[in-house]
Amino acid sequence: MASTYLSKSHKFIIHNLKSKNYLMFGFINLSSSVTNSLFSPHLVLRTISPNLSNSSRINPSITFSGGFASVSGGRRFHNATSFSKDVDQLSNEVPSQQELNFPGGKVKFTRKRIFTSGSNDERTQCYRVLSENGQLIGGSDSLEISKELAIKMYKEMVTLQVMDIIFYEAQRQGRISFYLTTNGEEAINIASAAALNNNDFVFPQYREPGVLLWRGFTLQEFANQLFGNKYDYGKGRQMPIHYGSKKHNYITVSSTVATQIPHAVGAAYSMKMEKQDSCTITYFGDGGTSTGDFHAGLNFSAVMEVPVIFFCRNNGWAISTPINDQFRSDGIVVRGKAYGIPSIRVDGNDALAIYSAVYEARKMAIEKQTPILIEALTYRAGHHSTSDDSTKYRPIDEIEWWRDDQNPVKRFKTWVMNKGWWSDEAELEHRSSIRKQLSQAIQAAERVEKPPVTDMFNDVYDVPTKNLNEQEVFLRKTIKKYAQEYPSNVVV
Amino acid sequence: MWGIVRQNVGGASGLSSQVMRLRPVASAMRNYSSATKEMTVRDALNSALDEEMAADPNVFVMGEEVGEYQGAYKITKGLLDKYGPERVVDTPITEAGFAGIGVGSAYHGLRPVIEFMTFNFSMQAIDHVINSAAKSNYMSAGQINVPIVFRGPNGPAAGVGAQHSQCYGAWYGSVPGLKVLVPYSSEDARGLLKAAIRDPDPVVFLENELLYGESFPVSAEVLDSSFCLPIGKAKIEREGKDITITAFSKMVGYALKAAEILEKDGINAEVINLRSIRPLDRATINASVRKTNRLVTVEEGFPQHGIGAEICASVVEDSFGYLDAPVERVAGADVPTPYAANLERMAFPQIEDIVRAAKRACYRAVPMAATA
Repeated sequence: MASTYLSKSHKFIIHNLKSKNYLMFGFINLSSSVTNSLFSPHLVLRTISPNLSNSSRINPSITFSGGFASVSGGRRFHNATSFSKDVDQLSNEVPSQQELNFPGGKVKFTRKRIFTSGSNDERTQCYRVLSENGQLIGGSDSLEISKELAIKMYKEMVTLQVMDIIFYEAQRQGRISFYLTTNGEEAINIASAAALNNNDFVFPQYREPGVLLWRGFTLQEFANQLFGNKYDYGKGRQMPIHYGSKKHNYITVSSTVATQIPHAVGAAYSMKMEKQDSCTITYFGDGGTSTGDFHAGLNFSAVMEVPVIFFCRNNGWAISTPINDQFRSDGIVVRGKAYGIPSIRVDGNDALAIYSAVYEARKMAIEKQTPILIEALTYRAGHHSTSDDSTKYRPIDEIEWWRDDQNPVKRFKTWVMNKGWWSDEAELEHRSSIRKQLSQAIQAAERVEKPPVTDMFNDVYDVPTKNLNEQEVFLRKTIKKYAQEYPSNVVV
Repeated sequence: MWGIVRQNVGGASGLSSQVMRLRPVASAMRNYSSATKEMTVRDALNSALDEEMAADPNVFVMGEEVGEYQGAYKITKGLLDKYGPERVVDTPITEAGFAGIGVGSAYHGLRPVIEFMTFNFSMQAIDHVINSAAKSNYMSAGQINVPIVFRGPNGPAAGVGAQHSQCYGAWYGSVPGLKVLVPYSSEDARGLLKAAIRDPDPVVFLENELLYGESFPVSAEVLDSSFCLPIGKAKIEREGKDITITAFSKMVGYALKAAEILEKDGINAEVINLRSIRPLDRATINASVRKTNRLVTVEEGFPQHGIGAEICASVVEDSFGYLDAPVERVAGADVPTPYAANLERMAFPQIEDIVRAAKRACYRAVPMAATA
């Protein structure tokens, strides 16, 4: 815990202050050009201020206790030219130090004033197993997956693709109010879900219905939520695509961006306390990583040592904000190191790489009780949602390149077909079957009644409060009295 | 502060100066008449936390300085040693972070008690309190419930300036899905905190820093580990027939003092300790106003959209015909809290303000000129 840490290091520092060759906390502000020989007591408090003409040497007899006060309040100025003279003088006086024993590990000193570059000269490499044309790359680390698993994965990717097309059309036809697709991210959805167990809790953002699909949510259940009818597990309380299912361990989608990140950490903490053989996984986009919740969630997870997988779908766009306007780091993967979290960058359009990475991440997370960060590079091939037309802010040829050449479904299809596990006939048959099921599901969902009036007042609290009961009674009376002013298909 | 409240329970004043540490149901106490033991609000909160943590292994405490430091206000003193760092979690500095993590752990079945060093800092986490905690049960249609408690000092202390003195009763009190509790005495603190921890809904528990050190008499019943107060019930601290004064938290003490002063002027005031801002005990308030026909609401928070405004509206809606005078609201000044002691005193209700408001409502004083 933070303050345990602090108190231990506090004792440590006090102990070491007694041996005079020691730097104090405040000293860290010095640039890295501080040489070894500066570790003598009377130079401790200098800050290098080259523009000052007055030089005042620190009295060599200042002890550390006096020095403490001046670290916070005082300033010492030093003329740059007399600098080297002091160094020579002092190197005979006091033994120098090579490294600082600072909380977190030993830190070596350097005489070079080098700033680490902020720019991305060499970017973190991206783990990939399948090439664009669906060929297994020789010598790649990958897991063997069985024929059944591969076929299931492929079929679900197709189902997801068809589901997106049909529901999107339904919105365009005015049958549902809103929808958002996962075009281009089918591999992320299905392959990551396939690598997890059903008791791993999922904290989605909103572009991961494929995870729920994998776990057994039916097309009818999806449709019910979209239409907000009485069979919707959300009781018609949320906008479309805000799916949630307790029995599938899929936490209800929440519109607030990135709040699911610290939630996932908290739930992982709960799993750790209960010593469960499971982890949590949370998904978010490139945009979500700009939030305070991302920082807090990752930082905490490392401090608390909990089994959580942070899965970033870096798909290039946060509505109309391209990643260059979102951050200037080398993507998200480099941030993991900043928090002390093991991280990997994977090809988000390569189902096998994703499967392999998530499988291993899960193992590490649970065995070592550690968070893991996975950044999947991909592309949001569709619009942000039905309220968006992305051709307004990005070039069509860019969209087409990703949608065609890098298409994850196509890539995996080539691989399963080359293995002899899939065929064009199977493809046709599966697609037409899904299409039929979907249109039936939509028709059925459309015809089902909307939730009853009671569902407006329950679940606000575990037990409705008195004022809610009063309001419900009042509402029913009003509906009865002015029936003609209320929709006829609402069950009172 | 020490002299402000002494509840008149038969002959207890002799022992009221002793401040005793909590011991679990000591049978020796039964030899005394009720309410002879005294307990500070701090000890009341600490003992309630301790007992609930002992009773349910899922309850855990999280916040800044709650562990090694024993709590910024020592409310969690001794808990780290007793329950270990897994159940008393010191956090990095990010209210948004640990509130979100608390909510996440509650989603998965733990029962977190999140401490905000002051509710002024809860603004950095307010999205999680409202959008992640309060609304989750509803938005998930009962699939995710959030048995979380957010607690900490609320409102002004003494000389802590604008960013440490705001009252959040009205802010949280307006959110459906939350329960908002405002204890005053040690009995309130124990009973309401236990109720909050046991409640399956998210609860915002607004304490008061200046009350932590105040001692109140507690009966054997209150000291029992199963003691619990109902959420949503106000308490009539002092019965009266001429005027109703509603208050919560520290203002209850002021209202009681004001009532003593008014008594000398022949005005018999009924003082209601709200205990719960959401759900608000409209029934008790209205029943009282129907009896007395006059109402003064007291709060430390800003006047606009405050608790008094809600109580006034409720009374106007339910008991308009019973009012013999306009409702008087006594609230904090409509300014960010100044630091200088003289200014701070003028920025918050004092006992004299309550007395004057009561007299105005009884038509015993000239009303203040209305401002446009």
